[in-house]
Amino acid sequence: MKNILSSRVGIIIAGSVIGIIAVLLQAAGNPPNMGICVACFERDIAGALGLHRADVVQYLRPEIPAIVLGSFIISFIMKEYKPRAGSSTLIRFFLGVFAMIGALVFLGCPWRALLRLAGGDMNSLLGLLGLICGIAVGVLFLNKGYSLGRSHGNRSASGWVFPAFMLVLILFNAFEVTFSEGGPIFFSAKGPGSMHANLWISLAAGLAFGVIAQRSRFCTMGSIRDIILARDFHLMSGVAALLVTAFIGNLILGKFNPGFTGQPVAHSNHIWNFLGMTLAGLAFALAGGCPGRQLILSGEGDADAGVFVLGMITGAAFAHNLSLAGKPDSVIETVYTVGGPGFYGQAAVIAGIIFCLIIGFTMREKLMVKA
Amino acid sequence: MSEHTIDARGLSCPQPVVLVRKAISEGLTSFEIMVGSEVARENVLRTLKNSGMKADVRNVGDDFIINAVK
Repeated sequence: MKNILSSRVGIIIAGSVIGIIAVLLQAAGNPPNMGICVACFERDIAGALGLHRADVVQYLRPEIPAIVLGSFIISFIMKEYKPRAGSSTLIRFFLGVFAMIGALVFLGCPWRALLRLAGGDMNSLLGLLGLICGIAVGVLFLNKGYSLGRSHGNRSASGWVFPAFMLVLILFNAFEVTFSEGGPIFFSAKGPGSMHANLWISLAAGLAFGVIAQRSRFCTMGSIRDIILARDFHLMSGVAALLVTAFIGNLILGKFNPGFTGQPVAHSNHIWNFLGMTLAGLAFALAGGCPGRQLILSGEGDADAGVFVLGMITGAAFAHNLSLAGKPDSVIETVYTVGGPGFYGQAAVIAGIIFCLIIGFTMREKLMVKA
Repeated sequence: MSEHTIDARGLSCPQPVVLVRKAISEGLTSFEIMVGSEVARENVLRTLKNSGMKADVRNVGDDFIINAVK
């Protein structure tokens, strides 16, 4: 059967629908400029499970598991579900850890970077610029033969373990399980973690994201990478469509507030917005997909992508337990304070970039095409 | 049969595309590339089309073999 969503028109439709749903999720209760954010929502999940104790960012976001399950179901129906594993799994885990640290220094994944820009948050431009730089470095490595090696077909359990784990997370949320008095599952009473759409709306939106992104191969990192690597604008047309529709949606809903200061869940520390996303972009490029794409792959049976996601969730726990995440700008008694990462957050970004460079230089195979 | 066969099965995105571009830049005018997923098949076909090469695809088990000719 021909896959309509993987055509040029299809990817534009896919990006548009994702942009519209994201803005609608914001209207339905998700935090501002955060209708969907894979990094933020995985961070909230880490908090809900008690892996970190930042009480303003704890909610078992149903969108994340629903994206994985949407991809799992549609890839199964379309006969693209294929259990596979074994491509430098531990390296992928740490790429996920550092990708998350970079994203949380900036305060968003590439999807949210687009939504922030669509809402007028100009700080996002620094993040996007960093993302482009990180990906450009990744492309240099790819052209020199960078590879994490082959994955191999695996037994079916390898493919469904991750979607099954995601299903369990949805059940924890739906039944508001409390494992001990005062313990997890946590639900933030204030802050971004307390802002969320109704469970069923979030689930439906996540499933839609999963199905659409699986069929269209939507990938924000890939959109930039393909332009640098091969002047291929296919994926970028979908990403641009997301930005445009979310922008129009915000205009219609009166949610477009251009500027650098006073932006929701964001800081205007330009250097670290840039460097945080440089790290994230490089890690995504080395791992072969943006955080959203990794969710889709994990639903298709790619256990290595599942490990990357677990790395991101672990990275979120580190980011908050060790005070690495960027702090939003704040106003205390009319004094505007620029946020951003503290010393250890800055050190972690540098360490992450060094880690990625070492991986990029060392994980190489000679590019052999001649038999 | 093509002179050269590239085995890109199991490689992450975008390595199959990198290998195809390498083959083209080395002046190969006829080669085969094996990929293990629908996504890699689509990406390789798009790359070949953008490079002005003709391609046909056959299924072998769970894999695809794409025959590329200038």
